[in-house]
Amino acid sequence: MNKGTKLAMGIATISLLLVGCGKATSSTSSKSSSSSEALSGKVTAVGSTALQPLAAKAGANFQAKNSKVNLTVQGGGSGTGLSQVQAGAVSIGNSDIFAEEKEGIKADKLTDHKVAVVGMAPVVNKDAGIKNLKMAQVKQIFTGKITNWKEVGGKDQKIVIINRAQGSGTRATFENAVLKGATAVKSQEQDSNGAVQKIVATTPGAISYLAFSYFTNKLQAVSIDNVTPTDNNVESNKWKIWSYEHMYTKGTPDKAVAAFLKYMDSKTVQDSLVKDMGYISIHDMKVTKDAKGTVTQN
Amino acid sequence: MEQTNFQLKKQKSQSNDWSARLHHATRATREDWMGKGISYLCIGVIILVVASMLWFITSKGVATFTQNHVSLTKFLFGTNWAPDQGHIGALPMIVGSFAVTFAAAIVATPFAVGTAIFMTEISPNKGRKLLQPVIELLVGIPSVVYGFIGLAVVVPFMRHVVGGSGFGIISATFVLFVMVLPTITSMTVDSLRAVPRHFKEASLALGATRWQTVSRVILRSATPGILTAVIFGMARAFGEALAVQMVIGNAAIMPKNLISPASTLTSQLTTGIGDTIDGTLPNNALWSLALILLLMSLFFNALVRVIAKRGQLKHER
Repeated sequence: MNKGTKLAMGIATISLLLVGCGKATSSTSSKSSSSSEALSGKVTAVGSTALQPLAAKAGANFQAKNSKVNLTVQGGGSGTGLSQVQAGAVSIGNSDIFAEEKEGIKADKLTDHKVAVVGMAPVVNKDAGIKNLKMAQVKQIFTGKITNWKEVGGKDQKIVIINRAQGSGTRATFENAVLKGATAVKSQEQDSNGAVQKIVATTPGAISYLAFSYFTNKLQAVSIDNVTPTDNNVESNKWKIWSYEHMYTKGTPDKAVAAFLKYMDSKTVQDSLVKDMGYISIHDMKVTKDAKGTVTQN
Repeated sequence: MEQTNFQLKKQKSQSNDWSARLHHATRATREDWMGKGISYLCIGVIILVVASMLWFITSKGVATFTQNHVSLTKFLFGTNWAPDQGHIGALPMIVGSFAVTFAAAIVATPFAVGTAIFMTEISPNKGRKLLQPVIELLVGIPSVVYGFIGLAVVVPFMRHVVGGSGFGIISATFVLFVMVLPTITSMTVDSLRAVPRHFKEASLALGATRWQTVSRVILRSATPGILTAVIFGMARAFGEALAVQMVIGNAAIMPKNLISPASTLTSQLTTGIGDTIDGTLPNNALWSLALILLLMSLFFNALVRVIAKRGQLKHER
């Protein structure tokens, strides 16, 4: 009897697990069918780790108001977000870059919702003695033409370049604004803002680039051409290295997804949450950038 | 008459009962069937999982060559890794992986064998009470913790001692050394304990000292087991991703020396997979790296089997 019950329990657990798996996959694929009811259903947002903290916080607030909506936010990278939303596996694909910029993504099939702006700036280890660089110098450093800090007015110290992984949204933004088509010299690569932050702070002579929200007093954010990396300068496009945070959807989003996207664009999120978490509100931008990088005044 | 009739009836019913019992499975038999059924089911599921993984990785991994028409030699021997620009020379990662694996195994083996000898021959009591738990603890520490210690302690240490940025093969070797040490040690202990007692007794009876017995008899006859242990350690080092990725610097360039940043197959996989799109060359190239990893672990397994077989033959002679 004892053995029998144990067995039965084991089988029950396994079958529950199997049923659980089945449910999870079926509910993501049949999300559009549940749209008839007002604000219930499942919203899955996957992708960019730069947008993840904001999306998760906003998602939690949204869910507190709409308890029937099952909202999950996951990381995985911009590439994952775009390919998953394109495949129809998730309802929202988070990305740091325009879908047009990513090879293998059919951008015309996706709808872009810009939810925030992120500014990025070069950061250097404090020992290097660098506070300002010319744009051309930054480019020469990252293409390997300048290899010692004394060449740009710093200490006699070897430059250690810490890049982000190839295909990373942050790297794409930085290279578009700074390298403008030139190829970066092969160097160390890290896969997250957090790792870059830690390594630049502790490695003498290190340079990398980070989103504004990751600045700490342990590292030196660098001004370019005497423009300081601040939110105001991004809003007027005086500071050139910035990108939108996108939430991509495919086809017509169901009610829950549409409501969440509307909530992301609302004043509650844009005026408080976005700023509190170190992003720049989409409403404050005085310029618009398109997928080709052309900037127009609003 | 009546009585015999009754007896007949009783006999009949009794025989009925017996035939019923004999023709139906007992509880024990049914348990047996059930156990068998569950075992086969589990084995079936595992075989299915392994087979589908092999198929999945292989089919994805060869797409680089069948769909993107990259030549295999360019992939295996090219040194330019820039998948976004269409260059996928994987040699820097292959060399990096092998370099950290062999270096870690070379450094770890003497320590592991020494510890194992201490635990089995010199002081079995202390070994069991003190070293065994320590080694088991080392096995249980998650690799991210090793990586974190590597980043916080080993990298700055290497920077001060050998120069450079501190990130590189030497730091990865150091971290992997600690990670594979328990694997090699515990397996070496097992193989030393498996040496027949009479080997040792015969050696001592012939007047050999303890050191002569250990070095010429016990280690000699345990060699296949020790080699297996080393290969298992290498397999672990080869497949380790997180800890290595945190300290090696992830630069997809041919390693020129031990202190310059390099990358391994696994570190490139973990950094790159989130930023690539299914079905494109950068993604397929990563799957090809995964395929190399898979083939290498199959190779390590095959090697272990070959060594075990050869060892057996030696014992029989």
